Amino acid sequence: MATPKKGLSRSSQKKGVRSGGAQGRPGRALALILLAMAALVGGMFLSGHTKPRLGIDLAGGTSITLEAVADEGEEDAINATNLNTAVNIIERRVNGLGVSEAEVQTQGDRNIIVNIPKGSDEQQAREQVGTTAELGFRPVLSAASAQPLPEEDTGESTDEPTDEPTDEPSDEPTDEASDEPTDEPTDEATGDGTESENQGLPAPGAATGSATTASHASYRAEGEDEEDPAEGSGDAESDAAAEAAAIQADLDALDCSTEAARLEAGRAAAQAKDEETVVACDAEGVAKYALGPVAVPGTDVTGADAVYDTQLGQGWIVQMEFSDSGAEEFADVTEQLAAQVQPQNQFAIVLDGEVVSAPSVSERLGGGRAEISGSFTQESAEDLANILKYGALPLSFEEASVSTVSATLGGEQLRAGLVAGGIGLGLVVIYMLVYYRGLSLIAIASLIVSSVLTYTIMSLLGPTIGFALNLPAVCGAIVAIGITADSFIVYFERIRDEVRDGRTLRPAVERAWPRARRTILVSDFVSFLAAAVLFVVTVGKVQGFAFTLGLTTLLDVVVVFLFTKPLMTLLARRRFFSGGHPWSGLDPERLGAKPLLRGRRPAPVPVSSDPKEA
Amino acid sequence: MSRLGDLGARLYRGEVGVDFVARRKIWYAVSVLITILAFAGLAVRGLHMGVEFEGGAVFTTPATEISVEEAREVAEEVSGSQALVQTLGDDGSMRIQVSGLDTDQSNATREALAGELGIPTEDLNAEVIGPSWGDQIADKAWRGLIIFLVLVVIYLAIAFEWRMALAALIALIHDITITVGVYALVGFEVTPGTVIGLLTILGYSLYDTVVVFDGLKEQTRDFTKQTRHTYAELANRSLNGTLVRSINTSVVALLPVGALLFIGGGLLGGGMLNDIALSLFVGLTAGAYSSIMIATPLVSDLKSRESAIKAQDRKVLARRAKRDQGDQGDGADAGAVPADDEPVAEGPDEEESDERDAAAPLAAARGASGPRAARRQPPSRSRGRGRPSGKRR
Repeated sequence: MATPKKGLSRSSQKKGVRSGGAQGRPGRALALILLAMAALVGGMFLSGHTKPRLGIDLAGGTSITLEAVADEGEEDAINATNLNTAVNIIERRVNGLGVSEAEVQTQGDRNIIVNIPKGSDEQQAREQVGTTAELGFRPVLSAASAQPLPEEDTGESTDEPTDEPTDEPSDEPTDEASDEPTDEPTDEATGDGTESENQGLPAPGAATGSATTASHASYRAEGEDEEDPAEGSGDAESDAAAEAAAIQADLDALDCSTEAARLEAGRAAAQAKDEETVVACDAEGVAKYALGPVAVPGTDVTGADAVYDTQLGQGWIVQMEFSDSGAEEFADVTEQLAAQVQPQNQFAIVLDGEVVSAPSVSERLGGGRAEISGSFTQESAEDLANILKYGALPLSFEEASVSTVSATLGGEQLRAGLVAGGIGLGLVVIYMLVYYRGLSLIAIASLIVSSVLTYTIMSLLGPTIGFALNLPAVCGAIVAIGITADSFIVYFERIRDEVRDGRTLRPAVERAWPRARRTILVSDFVSFLAAAVLFVVTVGKVQGFAFTLGLTTLLDVVVVFLFTKPLMTLLARRRFFSGGHPWSGLDPERLGAKPLLRGRRPAPVPVSSDPKEA
Repeated sequence: MSRLGDLGARLYRGEVGVDFVARRKIWYAVSVLITILAFAGLAVRGLHMGVEFEGGAVFTTPATEISVEEAREVAEEVSGSQALVQTLGDDGSMRIQVSGLDTDQSNATREALAGELGIPTEDLNAEVIGPSWGDQIADKAWRGLIIFLVLVVIYLAIAFEWRMALAALIALIHDITITVGVYALVGFEVTPGTVIGLLTILGYSLYDTVVVFDGLKEQTRDFTKQTRHTYAELANRSLNGTLVRSINTSVVALLPVGALLFIGGGLLGGGMLNDIALSLFVGLTAGAYSSIMIATPLVSDLKSRESAIKAQDRKVLARRAKRDQGDQGDGADAGAVPADDEPVAEGPDEEESDERDAAAPLAAARGASGPRAARRQPPSRSRGRGRPSGKRR
């Protein structure tokens, strides 16, 4: 066992050869490691994870690496908190696809990896993951309850008719209008800061849906009359009316009844430009909305939090903060909305073409802060806050690499890796056999122990820390065969050196150990250091490689200390080895051993212990 | 094997030996030459960076009917860039590589290819890489390299001493330079797999160096307590003593890598396995060379500049000169010694003859301690050198 032996410093190694100490230990160490092995193997079978989890490149599937890109002037926005928020959102989006077992995790300091196993719609998944999530606040033009409709495929038709009419009349007028007249009121209102209130639940609002459809036109007309009388010509009005009719038709045609239809609708809505009016479903498929142009883009949200409101007893609420320009826009839009009637006093928070929430507004909300109250649970409040936060992330994500591997190719690569490993192991075994003969049996046994440990630990790490064996990891394991075997060679050569000095085997084995041990520890440490640095610093596939290399290096130390050395000690008592059988690999004659010179220190202690055993 | 074992024994006892340390100028020259070649190759030919570093796409088709030409045409037509098509194995599967594409172009190309092949898009294996990905990998690799080098130098400086750490560092940089040079000269493609391999060489090449240094440290522990060998001689002897071990560890390390290379190149026709294995193979070979030919001689050079070591060396040489004079009279005992040591001694002798002249008075002054040491020496003679101090105490 390692620990007690370690206590013997090099200077006292003479004493370390004391046979008494060495006798009891090898058995214990062997028992310990065999017990550990049995426990691991047993645990593996008990847990049912008898195979390592395979990575995408071996099992097939799609792996997408996203790289975070910070907005200008926000270079420090790439941090763990922001990345985690993004991971949450992406997870939500991918899982919204019905993808099972999709994995989203951060990697390194600026990457997010999305692993999508084979069998799911890769194209769709990539679209969801690859595009930047779009968060925006849009005024609700009209709402309807989402009832199953016979027609499908309505999503696409949404865009075209609305495109042109929308742009001119609705957009520019409102922009100009809001800028001038509302500026000052905003500032005054800012004084009372957070005060705010809203959120009629979206669902109840939706219930009134179809009844209020006609009011869309009036909203638009009203808006223009009030805010921009100069431009409120008959022309614009008729355009607006036509537009209203078009969007109403779209809304009627919109199918939000099934998940697939909602996805379709969401995608169509997400593709629409900010200035366009869109129709969208809400997340639960309860209501559908016709929405005006984006009034406040999600990027104007600077923060959002779910808090439990104890003062007013509103329960969970979501507070959000806006940037300066966002605050103005938000104040303007709420001022307009507050004057409307249901459902047009609602604004919809739209994420990726899906209405996540549509609170109603009863007053102008200035000051850059607002809170949304209603029947939130803690979870739904946090969800919403997260979504709002995502909009606030000054980050966008680029597809840094996408790799798709079919199950066939994955299987081929796995097989190639295994074959390579087998050949590598075979070659090492043959070399050892030829060069070290009988000694190589110890090496082979150690390699087997090492392989079993590596395999079981890898299998168990799959469910526990999400370790997935990928191609570079297989490669690392194969390369590690060499590292592990090197340790045995270092030890064997030391033993041989001792035998060459004329020692009999048992003292040779004991004397060689402390020195071999030091060499093994130092070189394994260096190897481990390399693996650790690789793991911490690098990204992508390198990490899998580094992890295996580090793991196997650690195991190498364990195996050499607890298995190879004790086994060597035990076998050194066997005649085959201690007698220097020509096939033992320790034949003093072949090694060219010279008898000890008479004047030399006789190393009496170990010698005296010899007869006892032999 | 047994003959090799025998050789091992003779190497260990110092009966035979390659005079690595004394011929270090040759190795240095060879290495400098290789380094110059590597840099020249790098400057003239540059590295052939893979798609992963330039942005683009690699498609791997399942077994198909269409010809390489057809595949290339389709790929080039859609992407508008040059496509590199190679067949893999015998079943007609292909690897199609198009560089300089952005993600959208890659997707379009993929769809077109899948259409041409008559398979669903999902069945066409694709690796689409954005242009910034490679930069990120390279960036991280550099950072990893530097962090590792700093840590390992600190560690080696503590575990051994700074001279060894410095020598190991130089040997390491030497290995990496050679590997990069080979890549530039041969024109192998540099992929993330290559980078992985290159970074692994760091740990591995050091493993070798550490094994050799460990022997060296042990061999020279009692350097100042003996007067028979100069530091350079001891270094050389330890190098020869660990030669078999060092060769064995290198061979055993190379065997699995070779298997990987064979399988990766043969069965899979390239790809990640091959890339990692190739750079590892080149790097490990360079590492085996450098840990023997470069690292230890460098340590010996550095050490020989140390004043205590220098003084000891002078003493040793002075004593040896004296012994040589008295050689005729004292045949039996001294006879064996030159046989052991002379080949080793020649190099340093020439090297340091100036110093020795200058140091002669000094050595003479210390001569008093000489005889006593000499009396103590003979019993433990040549083989005693291999022992750690603990034994003699």
